[in-house]
Amino acid sequence: MELFTNQVLAGIATGAIYACMALAVVMIYQAIDHLNFAQGEMAMFSTFISWQLMQWGVPYWGAFIITLALSFVGGIAIERILFKPLAKAPVLTNVAGFIALFAIINSSAGLIWDFTIKQYPTPFGSAPFLGSQLISTHQAGMIGVTVLLLLGLYFFFQYTRIGLAMRAAASVPESARLVGINTSWMIALGWGMATAIGAIAGMLIAPVVFLEPNMMGGVLIYGFAAAVLGGLTSPFGAVVGGFLVGIFENLAGTYIPGVGNELKLPIALALIISVLVVKPAGLFGRQIVKRV
Amino acid sequence: MSAAEEVVAEGNEPVEAVPKRAMTLGTGTSVVVLLLLLAVPLFAKNFVIFQLTQLLYLGLAVLALNILTGGSGQFSLGQSAFYGIGAYVTAVMMEQFNIPYFLCLPVAGVVCFGAGFLFGQPALRLSGVYLALATFALATAMPQLLKLNFLEPWTGGVQGLVVTKPDAPFGLKMSQDMWLYYFTLVVVIAIYVFSVNLLRSRSGRAFMAIRDNEIAASAMGVNVALYKTLAFGVSAGITGVAGGLSAIAVQFVAPDSFTITLAIQLFLGMVVGGVGWLPGSIVGAAFIIFVPNIAEGISKGLSGAVFGVLLFLVIYLVPHGARQVAILGQQLAGRLRRN
Repeated sequence: MELFTNQVLAGIATGAIYACMALAVVMIYQAIDHLNFAQGEMAMFSTFISWQLMQWGVPYWGAFIITLALSFVGGIAIERILFKPLAKAPVLTNVAGFIALFAIINSSAGLIWDFTIKQYPTPFGSAPFLGSQLISTHQAGMIGVTVLLLLGLYFFFQYTRIGLAMRAAASVPESARLVGINTSWMIALGWGMATAIGAIAGMLIAPVVFLEPNMMGGVLIYGFAAAVLGGLTSPFGAVVGGFLVGIFENLAGTYIPGVGNELKLPIALALIISVLVVKPAGLFGRQIVKRV
Repeated sequence: MSAAEEVVAEGNEPVEAVPKRAMTLGTGTSVVVLLLLLAVPLFAKNFVIFQLTQLLYLGLAVLALNILTGGSGQFSLGQSAFYGIGAYVTAVMMEQFNIPYFLCLPVAGVVCFGAGFLFGQPALRLSGVYLALATFALATAMPQLLKLNFLEPWTGGVQGLVVTKPDAPFGLKMSQDMWLYYFTLVVVIAIYVFSVNLLRSRSGRAFMAIRDNEIAASAMGVNVALYKTLAFGVSAGITGVAGGLSAIAVQFVAPDSFTITLAIQLFLGMVVGGVGWLPGSIVGAAFIIFVPNIAEGISKGLSGAVFGVLLFLVIYLVPHGARQVAILGQQLAGRLRRN
């Protein structure tokens, strides 16, 4: 039983990473209706910027704030420059655009900061949390920040005019335009916010997975899986999905014989698909009713 | 070029409604392309012939994805898995059981058809990104499954298998590469003709009805479940044959050749070639084979970035892929003829 509790705790700790990433994925999905494959690379690039700032002597929280601002602006710039011209192109062409963006960011980061693995500081320290060996204070801090972020987003979308406008622009663009919402800028805003959330995720994850241009590869896959499991229409679902995926992954690695590290990912994905077969819109997603 | 025609994208359909006439080339153009494909190897070096063979079988794999996505509107990131199964079936049969290569390919096709048909069953309930995730899971699992211990006596585990390249039969004075090119060409043309006819048939119309509006299709009496899984099966079968050809041409199979990267490449090939335009598959295959080389040539350190920029250029200029170029060419030709 103790093994079980420990594995669940460890799963929650890794799950917090996935939850962060999944939240960013869902945010951008809400705003633009596409899954952004370059999301992880954008987060990685933001994390590198904050690392560079710290190398130049900026204190942690200063670098944190500056990075958030830069990522927000950067996200908007990417949308305006690269993806606005593709707004009318087919969906699959947009996906190809994301793959192109992925290649560009990954390769530039490799050239600027090279591929060696770098240490990344944590503001929470890495002592055991409340005497537990499995969760460090950093991981506890990570979970805390994720929950705060989720609450913040909830209030933003539910109780502010601009949050309402963003939701309107995402769900019924035509009607939103008719009541005077600038939908095109709402999409840009969504990109900016998603990039900033991605940056937070990246900066929280970096002390655990270490900083390098490919750090987000695995995390993004789990993040996607978490987002889809929770239902792409629900930020809350994304966070729950993230924790569930983390727990799934750890339990599968412990209890299914012969799994080991290599088969963890396929098994986690297989479990998620079995959930999706029963609930095709994810655990917390809205079932979309189609008109013929 | 009389067959391609302007198609206007509509609303939020994930895949454009391409009429079936617009999915193929006209007779005249087909003959010209065929003659070119027949003649080129006579004037090329062995390495170039090998690259052309690669172009053909990757084009075939892109074509298979095109039938699935452009034809029936389902999206798959798991094509690399079927490609891998096809390659392994062919390699194992050739090397462990000494079966001639031309008999292995149909078997690879049938095995993959079965695998695709079965995988299509649970995938029925999923669509869009959810289907993409399911197929993606298949793609990530495949290299691991190929490495499994108890399969090792056949598959050779992590090391993979070396495949012998077949000689030209009947005492033909032809290099192995050239023979393999013509062999591949025959297989590819046969499958292309099959695919074109499939899409023109009753089944093809059912695929397209499902792509354009699933609910309306089922109201018209199309057996949605059957045709969706059938599309998956056919696509997987063709991909398997392409994988088998690749095993023979590359002379080697290993689990790590069939990762998600391959599936993403095939996807890019489809987009660049034009979703739903079968002849574009070969253009898409050319893009995924040659553009990374060009990018490497421009800058070693930044090859990924250069590739990304080139890809962006292509999708800006022609968001509908090579099909758009064909349409423009056709309009231009029409205008010239009128003057």
